[in-house]
Amino acid sequence: MKEVKIYSDGRVVIDGTETIYEQKGMALLEHLYRTEVRDYPKFFKMDALCKLGFLAVELLVRDEKDRFTPREDRAVILFGKSGPLCNDRNYQATVADFPSPSLFVYTLANIVTGEIAIRNKYKGESSFFVMSEKDEKTMKNTLEEAFQDPMTAEAVTGWINCMEENDFEAEIKIIVK
Amino acid sequence: MTKVYRKSDEVLTPLGMGTEENFRAVLEGRSQLRLHEGTFGVKEPFFASLFDRDAIMAEALKKGIEGYSFFETIMILTADSAISKAGISASSPDTVFVFSTIKGNVDALEKGSEDVLLSSSAERVSRYFGNPNSPITVSNACISGLAALIQGQRILRGSRARNVVVVGAEVQSKFIVTGFQSLKALSPEQCKPFDAGRQGLNLGEAAAAMVLSTDPSDWELVEGAVRNDANHISGPSRTGEGSYNCLRAVVQDKEELAFISAHGTSTAYNDEMESIAIERAGLLDIPVGALKGYYGHTMGAAGILETAISMKAVENGTVIATRGFTGNLGVSRPVKVSNENGKTTRQAFVKLLSGFGGVNAALLCRRGGGR
Repeated sequence: MKEVKIYSDGRVVIDGTETIYEQKGMALLEHLYRTEVRDYPKFFKMDALCKLGFLAVELLVRDEKDRFTPREDRAVILFGKSGPLCNDRNYQATVADFPSPSLFVYTLANIVTGEIAIRNKYKGESSFFVMSEKDEKTMKNTLEEAFQDPMTAEAVTGWINCMEENDFEAEIKIIVK
Repeated sequence: MTKVYRKSDEVLTPLGMGTEENFRAVLEGRSQLRLHEGTFGVKEPFFASLFDRDAIMAEALKKGIEGYSFFETIMILTADSAISKAGISASSPDTVFVFSTIKGNVDALEKGSEDVLLSSSAERVSRYFGNPNSPITVSNACISGLAALIQGQRILRGSRARNVVVVGAEVQSKFIVTGFQSLKALSPEQCKPFDAGRQGLNLGEAAAAMVLSTDPSDWELVEGAVRNDANHISGPSRTGEGSYNCLRAVVQDKEELAFISAHGTSTAYNDEMESIAIERAGLLDIPVGALKGYYGHTMGAAGILETAISMKAVENGTVIATRGFTGNLGVSRPVKVSNENGKTTRQAFVKLLSGFGGVNAALLCRRGGGR
């Protein structure tokens, strides 16, 4: 099983191997992009939640053969508490004068699943579930239930949360049915 | 696979409380869509279907529902009614709640409150009913309501519960209205799904609840699917990719379909995309309708509200007129949309939705022993 964990305090864990970066918070995400990805400038348009989810999946699937071949059998099923709360605050700050369409688009919890689907050409199910805490049992049940869809053979799944732009965590893995 | 049925439902909209009352209003062509000037402190006028909040809060108070936001109050009112109609125990460990909303209490942000987490509202509402399970909220943009029904169906098929209460709601706010205005997605007049003169969507408010169970009853939720376009976060696929893939996954026998209840938001791109998906799925001979002309786009409530009204329509042998459609089709594929109520004897329908993030959903519902 492959798993990637990214924490705002600078810790990045890939398949159990931990690296501690000097960069924290948003600086960590930009550093990871510049060192590990580089070829997807849309990254800079994304809100913090999307940047986090996008990077976690990049680190997870970057060595896969034919990773950009469109596929419908891999779902993206994420869980979190905050949803787009950080970006909601950013958008709210623009409402009085010039409401920002580019910020508004990111006020939906599931945009992160969409960004991952677009980057990786995943045409299967994409779902975002909001929970009040990281309840592993409910997450496991929900994922197993998602496998009832005969098209879904595997899923990029896990916990993603961003309460403040410098307070986030993502723990994402690939689970095969 | 275990079969999943609708045990009861309830809807609360600006047209009134009750699925039956709402269906009658829709049959008569009624709507509360109108121009709002200055509502929520939004500078630019907007066309929307909004609740009379004071009246509903007063009604709730009479029932002892107090101390909840307006958003939570309408969820409690609809869920309470659906639960009592179903005759199930809401506080049983065998009952699971699934919530559906996009922005929940977001209007509280404006007042400086941070108590806007969707999970907090879900906790408060499920605690009102004394339910011991940790609730889950589906927040999958405009497909949330259908995704929540599909999640409810899966929970029952997986034997995690005996009954699932699916509750969806959306209230409008300066946050949401200005956002859609900034995207230039709102119509300055009554929305016109699938019409050549359509200029965008109307926003709407609603709450809707459905109790699902494995106990056999009139309506079966047969098959559901969620698929991503993998194309764009705020625009639908030009090939109808995800919506087509959903239709392909859920439609079993097109001859049983009374109609397709489309998303039909009345934006240029959505309605065009749906017409392409319907053509690709070989369903151009099936009547297509949209309910947005009655309710506006009720976001997190839409999937549940529009499924409940569509069930009533089939029971009544009616294909509901697409309110706002003038008869001048404005999509490239010849979908069968009508501005008059039609008749049907068929006993199944497909509900379609699509949303930001590239998501699409379809749900096939079938009545009794139809086919």
